[in-house]
Amino acid sequence: MTDASSLPLYPHRHLLGIRDLSPADIELLLDKADRAVAISRQSEKKTTTLRGRTQINLFYEASTRTQSSFELAGKRLGADVMNMSVASSSVKKGETLIDTAMTLNAMRPDILIIRHQSAGAAALLAQKVGCSVINAGDGAHEHPTQALLDALTIRRARGPLSKLIVAICGDILHSRVARSNIMLLNALGAQVRVVAPSTLLPAGIEKMGVVVTRSMAEGLKDADVVMMLRLQRERMEGAFVPSVREYFHYFGLDAEKLKSAKDGALVMHPGPMNRGVEIASEIADGPQSVIQEQVEMGVAVRMAVMEALLDPRRNREVAR
Amino acid sequence: MSTTVFSRARIIDPSRGIDQVGTVIVEGRKIVAAGKSALNQGAPQDATVIDCAGKAIIPGLIDARVFIGEPGGEHRETIASASLAAAAGGVTSIVMMPDTDPVIDNVALVEFVLRTAKDTAIVNIFPAAAITKGLEGREMTEFGLLREAGAVAFTDGRHTISSALVMRRALTYARDFGGVIAHETQDADLASSGVMNEGLYASWLGLAGIPREAESIPLERDLALARLTGGAYHAAKISTAMAANAVTRAKADGANVTAGVSIHNLSLNENDVGEYRTFFRLTPPLRAEEDRLAMIEAVKDGTIDIIVSSHDPQDVDTKRLPFADAAAGAIGLETLLGAALRLYHNGDVTLLRLIETLSTAPARLLGLPGGTLKPGAIADLALVDLDEPWIVSESGIRSRSKNTCFEGARLQGKVLQTMMAGRTVFSA
Repeated sequence: MTDASSLPLYPHRHLLGIRDLSPADIELLLDKADRAVAISRQSEKKTTTLRGRTQINLFYEASTRTQSSFELAGKRLGADVMNMSVASSSVKKGETLIDTAMTLNAMRPDILIIRHQSAGAAALLAQKVGCSVINAGDGAHEHPTQALLDALTIRRARGPLSKLIVAICGDILHSRVARSNIMLLNALGAQVRVVAPSTLLPAGIEKMGVVVTRSMAEGLKDADVVMMLRLQRERMEGAFVPSVREYFHYFGLDAEKLKSAKDGALVMHPGPMNRGVEIASEIADGPQSVIQEQVEMGVAVRMAVMEALLDPRRNREVAR
Repeated sequence: MSTTVFSRARIIDPSRGIDQVGTVIVEGRKIVAAGKSALNQGAPQDATVIDCAGKAIIPGLIDARVFIGEPGGEHRETIASASLAAAAGGVTSIVMMPDTDPVIDNVALVEFVLRTAKDTAIVNIFPAAAITKGLEGREMTEFGLLREAGAVAFTDGRHTISSALVMRRALTYARDFGGVIAHETQDADLASSGVMNEGLYASWLGLAGIPREAESIPLERDLALARLTGGAYHAAKISTAMAANAVTRAKADGANVTAGVSIHNLSLNENDVGEYRTFFRLTPPLRAEEDRLAMIEAVKDGTIDIIVSSHDPQDVDTKRLPFADAAAGAIGLETLLGAALRLYHNGDVTLLRLIETLSTAPARLLGLPGGTLKPGAIADLALVDLDEPWIVSESGIRSRSKNTCFEGARLQGKVLQTMMAGRTVFSA
């Protein structure tokens, strides 16, 4: 897409999680993504970087946002993109993930994007196919491109992440976004806090490199960035929290709670939002919100990742 | 009548507290002598004499917790294939779990298992019958008739009975027929969708955790009911220090309680799950290292009475899946002794105690023949090179399923020959 050779060669074949990345790997992907932002802002958005390459999106969980972001990223790089719609495919008829993977592999794609409800699904797929694999979210495990796009959004607004205070608020327990972000932010030297009711915190959270608090006022104090997480409907109403009303009262981001954060602190949300549950509309649409920027950065980051994984300087014939 | 003389062997017989070099003489189906005193005993001219210098003779292992796929899941394991695996592992008796399809919850099924075993198996197969019909945790099975047909114990296999009332009645009623109630405890509500030990490691993997309390809460309930009823209760597969402490207390109170542990919870811990290795998805889950060490302590101090393989064959269709979607369980008949001997080689447990937990104790607990080298006893035994190193490899596994946790593991101690009722059923 741009002069690829001016940046170092990305050392990995897959992107399965932030865990596998060094700080240098992360910075490299962010640098590449910065260049990709410019492409998306031109009127001519199509490049030839991945011309002739085949990208398959395999989404076991419905996701308009992430799937269209990956699709657009591939198309802007000139790849041929195919969306495997799980709802109408043989997966519905009981075909296992591995069998589906083998079938798709036989079609010789260059890159597979997978989203799956089970943790470890992307890694399992990567063992069985000959092409590059990008994890677009596996259960409560990781969602690396989301963490990268969040980092890019922050970096473009606030500069280097080191020393920034980032508060991640809400359903940490079930969130792959939280896990990937905790790892990435720690890798780049940010100070990470998590704010949630104890029923929505995973075991051992205090050893995950974060400061844990149950109070928004405490968690948001002097924060540079406030990341809100989505609370799934089925987890409200008595299962993990007693009611939407109580949850919003203590953990929903409104103008009052946001006052604890640094003036002009960034407000982020991976989407889709539950307005009035984890975030008030006035905040989501307010001047501190960078939620729309996150969506834009999403396309750029995914372009950067795909370009890095399929770098032509790497051995062209990957093992099949 | 054929005679076999195992001369100059290290004889390990926990039933007599013997660990000494001597000779074992087998005549027909029986042991006629075993000990130092038999060293110079004469043997008939046509006797087969085996020089066992440097090797050990142990009573054949009795594996009290083995899942088999027959009937209903023969592609995973048959009674015949399980018996081949057992013989290769020095196991001469298997207690077979009732989790088959159909479930072993009536006399006809017990008879089917015994008949199939007689026709196809090369080791003893003892069926355990279900406590409740269909393993559903509600209606009691016919304990009396099942005992008479040959069921050696009652267990709902992989299932935990959630009703305290059902458990109370089972313990009370089984007492009249001398049946042991063996129970794996995992509270289904508390364990919820958990798939591995709860803790930091599971949290990073994004896997739902199973807290230790999911095991000990129903266990504590059962132990209280064992005290109340006086029934014989066996905690089939404990995995935590918390559970071991509960058993210790119940035993001190004089309750009729025993406990078992899976070899996996003695050999491995939660870190072995690695990057979603589904062969390490087990029930109970592999726990933290502290719990593994507590299990070894409990074997040493007698809190835990027996060690089992918890052999559970699973095919690729149930294991080649994302971790949370895969079935729990691992095979273990062929590696039970080798893995257990690690505890001896590490100096954790004496050889005599170790073999007791694998053979003599399960025989005593369930009233089974074997578990001894006493003269006059049935000749179920194994000749073992305690020191020979070997590497477990899938290609060498006799079991129909290959889901072992010990693939590539270096074990020390190899079975050279297995004898069942005086007949050699395996030789290396």
